[in-house]
Amino acid sequence: MTGKVAYINARVIDPASGVDHAASPSGGVLTDGETIVAMGPDIFNGGRPAVADIIDCEGAVLAPGLVDMRVDFCEPGAEHKEDIESGSRAAASGGVTAVVTLPDTDPAIDDASVLEFVARRAREVKLVKVFAYATVTRGGNSDEIVEMGLLKGAGAIAFTDGRTAVANAKTLSRALKYAQAYDALIVQHAEEPSLSAGGVMQSGELSTRLGLPGIPREAETIMLARDIALTRMTGGRYHAAHVSTAAGVECIRQAKAEGLRVTCDTAPPYFALNELAVGEYRTFAKLSPPLRSEEDRQAVVAGLADGTIDCIASDHFPQDQEAKRLPFELAEFGAAGLESLLTLTLELVHNGHLELKDALAKVTSAPSKLLGLPTGRLYSGAPADLVIFDPERPGRIEPDKFVSKSKNSPFDGRLIQGTVRRTVVDGRTIFNADSTG
Amino acid sequence: MTAAQTGYSIPDLPAELPFPHRHLLGIQDLSPDEIGYLLDLSDHYAEYNRARGPKLDLMRDKTLINLFFEDSTRTRTSFELAGMRLGADVINIAVASSSIKKGETIIDTAMTLNAMHADALAVRHNNAGAVKLLSEKVNCAVINGGDGSHEHPTQALLDALTIRRRKGHLQGLLVALCGDVAHSRVARSNIYLLQTMGARVRVIAPPTLIPPAMERLGVEVFTDMRAGLEDCDIVMMLRLQRERMQGSFVPSVHEYFKFYGLDYDKLQHAKPDALIMHPGPMNRGVEIDSDVADDIDRSLIREQVEMGVAVRMACLDVLTREGPVAAQ
Repeated sequence: MTGKVAYINARVIDPASGVDHAASPSGGVLTDGETIVAMGPDIFNGGRPAVADIIDCEGAVLAPGLVDMRVDFCEPGAEHKEDIESGSRAAASGGVTAVVTLPDTDPAIDDASVLEFVARRAREVKLVKVFAYATVTRGGNSDEIVEMGLLKGAGAIAFTDGRTAVANAKTLSRALKYAQAYDALIVQHAEEPSLSAGGVMQSGELSTRLGLPGIPREAETIMLARDIALTRMTGGRYHAAHVSTAAGVECIRQAKAEGLRVTCDTAPPYFALNELAVGEYRTFAKLSPPLRSEEDRQAVVAGLADGTIDCIASDHFPQDQEAKRLPFELAEFGAAGLESLLTLTLELVHNGHLELKDALAKVTSAPSKLLGLPTGRLYSGAPADLVIFDPERPGRIEPDKFVSKSKNSPFDGRLIQGTVRRTVVDGRTIFNADSTG
Repeated sequence: MTAAQTGYSIPDLPAELPFPHRHLLGIQDLSPDEIGYLLDLSDHYAEYNRARGPKLDLMRDKTLINLFFEDSTRTRTSFELAGMRLGADVINIAVASSSIKKGETIIDTAMTLNAMHADALAVRHNNAGAVKLLSEKVNCAVINGGDGSHEHPTQALLDALTIRRRKGHLQGLLVALCGDVAHSRVARSNIYLLQTMGARVRVIAPPTLIPPAMERLGVEVFTDMRAGLEDCDIVMMLRLQRERMQGSFVPSVHEYFKFYGLDYDKLQHAKPDALIMHPGPMNRGVEIDSDVADDIDRSLIREQVEMGVAVRMACLDVLTREGPVAAQ
C-alpha cells in the first residue's frame, strides 16, 4: 500500500514510551505506506488532515498491534488443526500483528530449512508478521543441542522445545551456556515431566472427586527452581513460559531480585480461570500446565501487577474436535487463544489490577523488547503495525465465530468488555470488524 | 404364573416419579430421598428374587445393551441377569475386543447404538467421565457400570442395601474403606452414598494410595489399619488395582498384606460384630485373608453379589418404566 493514511479521533497509547493522549479530531497517527510518519494529539494543526485516506477511530484506542510470543500454527504437520494462513487470520481478528510460533511442528523447526519454509509460507500469506522459535534440542525432544548460531542467523527468534521441557539438567545448562555466544534466549516449558507424567489436571480435591490423575504444582516449581539455579551457574538468559502457580511466580520474583537474567510470561487461562473450569470433564479446560487453584490464579494476577510476570501470550494451541471429543484423560491438551487475548488482557484493566497502558505493554512492547522484534511500538519511523479497539464495548466470546480452524476455547460464552475494531500490519488493514459478518 | 403367586409383588411407581433422572451416572448427583427410594425398591426386588418370583415383563420388548469397554465378569453378568429378570432382551458388547481397537471413538459408538434403538445401556469404561460423555450422545437411559477411578454407583447402592438389610439402617454407622482408595471408583461412590445417608466414613490406606486432599471429601484418613478399624461397624476392603497403577505405589504384595491386608488379628480392633465386605474380585492374600473372606458369620461378600442383581433391577426399572404401571 502506498499513500498516507490518517487515523484520527483515537486515544493513542504507546506503552513503550508512555505516550497516552486523548482522542482528538486533529490528532492521532499518520502513516505513509508501511511506516508511521507522525503521531500526536494535534499533528493536523487543529484541522482535518489533508490526506485522501482518513480513518475516524471515534474515540477508540489506537495502540501497537499485539505481539503474541507463544502460538502454535501447526504447520508443517498438523494443518487440519491450524495452518499459517488460518492462524494468521485468527491473529488479525484478535488485534495481533506479530506472532512467534512454537517449533514443535512435524518436522520440528530444528534446522534452517524448516525455519525457511515457515518464513516463506508467512510471506505468501502476507497477513500478520510470523516469527518462529527453533528448538533447543534436535527434534525438540533429545539431548543434542541444535545449531543455534546458524538458526539464529536464519531468523530463529529464540530457542525452546515448545510444549516439552528440556528435562535433562546437563542439556539445559549446556544450552544456556552455548546460547550466550549468540546472545540467544532459552524459553522453557517449566514442568518436571517425571512428576507430571500421566497427570491431566491440577492435583487436589477436584481431581480426587473426578477420579483423574493430578499434576502437582511442584512439577512447575521444581523445574523453575532447578532452571534458575542453572541460569545462575551459567549466566545465561532464561524465560519461563506460561507460569501458573503462586510458588512459581515467587521463584521468578526472587530470581529477578537477585539480578539473574530471568523473565516469564503467562497466558489468559492462568489469570482468568481456575481448575473449577474443568467442571465435569470439560476437555476444553484441559491445558498444559493445568488450570490451577484460585490462590494460584490470584498470585498470577499479583505477579502481572507487580511486574514479576513480564508478558502475556495467548498460548494458542488449536485442537480439532476429534482431539477434544474424548474422555478427559485421552483428550489433547490446549486452548485456542489468539482471538481472546486482547479482551481477556483488558479484564485485568476492568478489574482494577493493571492500568491500560501497563496491560498493553504485556502484549506489545514487553514481548517485542524481550525477543528483539522490530514491532510493538509507536513512534515516527516505526512500522505501521496497529490495533484499534473499543476498550469498553461489551461482547461475548463465541468460539463458533472464531476464524481459527479450531474452536477449543475454555472461555466459551464468557461475557467480555473490549472488542477489536481494526488491525493494521505495515499500513495494510488486515482485519476490519465493520466489514466482517 | 404371576408375581402375586410368589407372595411378593413389585410396587407401582408413584405418579410423581421420585427419581427424576434420565441416567444414573453417579451417586454425587443423588439426594438422600432418591437414594432411599432406590434402596427401598431394590429391597423389594431382593425379596422377589429370594422368593424365586418368575421373570417379570416390566422391560418386555425393551433392549438392554451391556457395553463394556473394560473386562468384567461379575458386574456384566449382574446387569445381564437383572435385565433378563425384568423381561428385557439383553445384548453384551465387549468393546475391548471390537471396534474401539479399530479406532472408533466413543462418540461413534454412541451413534451406532442410537441406530439400534436400545432402551438402556449399562456402560463400563476405563476412563473417568467417559460414561457421562457417552450419555450426552445417546437417546436412551445410561447406567454407569464404572468409569475409571470416578464412580460406580450401582456398587455403592448394592453395598448400602447389603448393610441396611443387616444393620437395619445406615445412619450413624462407622464404615472403614480400606486399601487402594486412590484408584477406586467403588470408594468414591461409597463415600458419597454413605455420607449422604448419615454414616461416617474412614479411609485406611498406605499414604501413596490416598488421593490428594482426601479429607476434603469429609472422611477421616488413617494410615494405620489397627487404629483406623477401632469402633468400626463395617470393614469394606478394596481391591489393589495394579492395572491402574503407573509406577510403584506399594513396594510389594508381601509388605502390603502384612500392614493392610485384613486378617483376624487386625479385625479384632473393629467392633465385635463388625461385618466385612469386598466389591470383588478379591485378591486373596493381598488385601484379604481367605479365612476372613469366607467367614460366614462376618463376611457379606456373597450377599453383596446377590444384592447386585436386585439393585440393578431397581435401577433399570426406574430408568425405563414409563409412568405408574402395575407390575403384574
